[in-house]
Amino acid sequence: MRELHTGQAIQEALAIAMDQDERVFLAGEGVGTSIHDNPLMPTYGLLDRFGKKRVKDTPVSEAAIAGLAVGASNMGLLPVVEIMFFPFITLASDMLVNHAAKLHYLSGGKSTFPLTVRVKAGLGFQAGCQHSHNLEAWMAHVPGLKIVFPSNPADAKGLLLTSIFDPDPVIVVEEMGLYWASGPTPEGDVRVPLGSANVLKPGGDVTVVAYGTPVYAALQAAGALEEEGISLEVIDLRSLVPLDKETVLESVRRTGRLITVHDANRFCGFGAELAAMVAEEAFHSLKAPVRRVAGLEAPVPMAPVQESFYKPSAEKVMEAVRSIL
Amino acid sequence: MITRKPKGNVRRAMLSDMIFIRAFEDRLAELAAQKDALPGMQILATGQEAVAVGVIGSLNPDDVIISNHRSHGHLLARGADPNTLMAEIMGRATGVNRGKSGTLHLIVPEVNALMTSTVVGAGPPMALGAAFAQQYKEEEAITVVFFGDGAAAEGSVHEAMNLAAIWKLPLLFVCENNCWAGAQSLAEHCAIGVIASRGSAYNMPGELVDGNNPDEVLETATRLAAHCRAGRGPALMEAFTYRLRGHGEHDHQHYVDPEELALWKGKDPLTTYGTKLTEEGLVTLQDIQSMEMEAARRVEEAVAFGQSSPFPKPEEALEHVWVNSPRDRQ
Repeated sequence: MRELHTGQAIQEALAIAMDQDERVFLAGEGVGTSIHDNPLMPTYGLLDRFGKKRVKDTPVSEAAIAGLAVGASNMGLLPVVEIMFFPFITLASDMLVNHAAKLHYLSGGKSTFPLTVRVKAGLGFQAGCQHSHNLEAWMAHVPGLKIVFPSNPADAKGLLLTSIFDPDPVIVVEEMGLYWASGPTPEGDVRVPLGSANVLKPGGDVTVVAYGTPVYAALQAAGALEEEGISLEVIDLRSLVPLDKETVLESVRRTGRLITVHDANRFCGFGAELAAMVAEEAFHSLKAPVRRVAGLEAPVPMAPVQESFYKPSAEKVMEAVRSIL
Repeated sequence: MITRKPKGNVRRAMLSDMIFIRAFEDRLAELAAQKDALPGMQILATGQEAVAVGVIGSLNPDDVIISNHRSHGHLLARGADPNTLMAEIMGRATGVNRGKSGTLHLIVPEVNALMTSTVVGAGPPMALGAAFAQQYKEEEAITVVFFGDGAAAEGSVHEAMNLAAIWKLPLLFVCENNCWAGAQSLAEHCAIGVIASRGSAYNMPGELVDGNNPDEVLETATRLAAHCRAGRGPALMEAFTYRLRGHGEHDHQHYVDPEELALWKGKDPLTTYGTKLTEEGLVTLQDIQSMEMEAARRVEEAVAFGQSSPFPKPEEALEHVWVNSPRDRQ
């Protein structure tokens, strides 16, 4: 299969959706003309291709951007709006939490809000905590929203296409580190369903559940431990809402051990939900305590040595594995 | 100010609608005072009826309205069914939103009242999206968003005005200045005296009207709606009026100067407009009486419909959270 960078895969998904359906439009800060002149960026070239009517640069107004998506989606369009960095979603949060998520409910099911919010995220840029702060657990907590978190180009493309045409509001988290990472990506309109986890590596001793770039730390740990005869099963959730409970529970029932991995800090992080779910539904299969490998309990630090100290790593996953074997 | 008087039948209809809205809300106030007759809080627009009928009177059926927590007048003027509205306010299964919304977030797509929010200042950014869709689909329709003087202090309102003006969206901002944001008076919460003057900050027309005069509201709203419809961008209309019953039925109004309240009660748009039309010979006192009787009858029908309707089943609380519910959350 041909290889694409994740940024290009996202571009391709956006272009396919826009070609296919006139209702799809893009809006956000610099989605048309960006400060970056980089073909790997996800909206690169789309303004030239689709024109100003459908690729809308906005002022720095996150509430307006999200409100645009809410109102336009209710009127039958399929907005794909961008929030430049994950922490800035706080500025859009009233529109997302109180409106995108709730108006379908408040209308008694009469109104729908099929919008997509692309959020750039991730650590590793030394941009500091106001640019790097993964808030997926906040969003996942809100009934009415869906949260997608791809880890590779094929999923980034396939999940985004599904999200754009999904009838509910979907937040798609794009880790910027992945934009420059390449991988096999199918051509054409190949969609990945929401709520379908991907078993990246089968194994029998410990279930490691991750999403986004931390899946690579898990895979690296799995590779290293394999040489010691320890077998990890690595599951990439791909979407947090909907959550593929069956795949996780089936795996834990087999391995009897669960480790969760994410970049966001541990306290009230998504790993806590996974741990609780396993405790409620697979308690008697557990042979050892659940371990959560996560960001540390601080804002994401800027200094490079501190940032890598903060983040989950293969070593931290291996350490967690050893602590429960 | 008024250049052209609306036709007599239009003015009679505005009076009749105002009387109906008042009767509907007065009945809600009565019910709210009874124990357990209504769930939740009741937020009424008593005294602001002229804004509702004047603005709605300027619109076409295809136009979209976005309202707020003080929405009954907008929705009734727009032609929403009083029965299902009343049932919704009573939290019944037959309510327009199946008892999910109650009084605060009534959504009536049947009359293009598409989004209503009780989050102060949330209407304008959503209205931006609706107006964008109208422009994108090259419709002739426009969007009107109602918000208060309190909302005018929200950043989201400013963001929406700025972007609507940049994109020349067909969006009419209607600020119902009722002189109060909660218990804070206009002078306490607003840095300027005339909110309409903010139009110039966003390169759009901004006009102040007497919000207790339906003729003036209708005339100005019609002109500004035509501006929006012609592709000339958004416009801002401030309708200066007064909140006669406080923020909600739970409001003691202890902070309101009784003289000020009495002054504005003297300017009650129902009385003043009724007198005006009577003096002009457009209606008789008997006409007004029959409008009042018809309004009372219609309101009683709505109350009876609501009270005889079942409550939704508890488990229906879990419906309509998503269109396609995640299977792990069903």
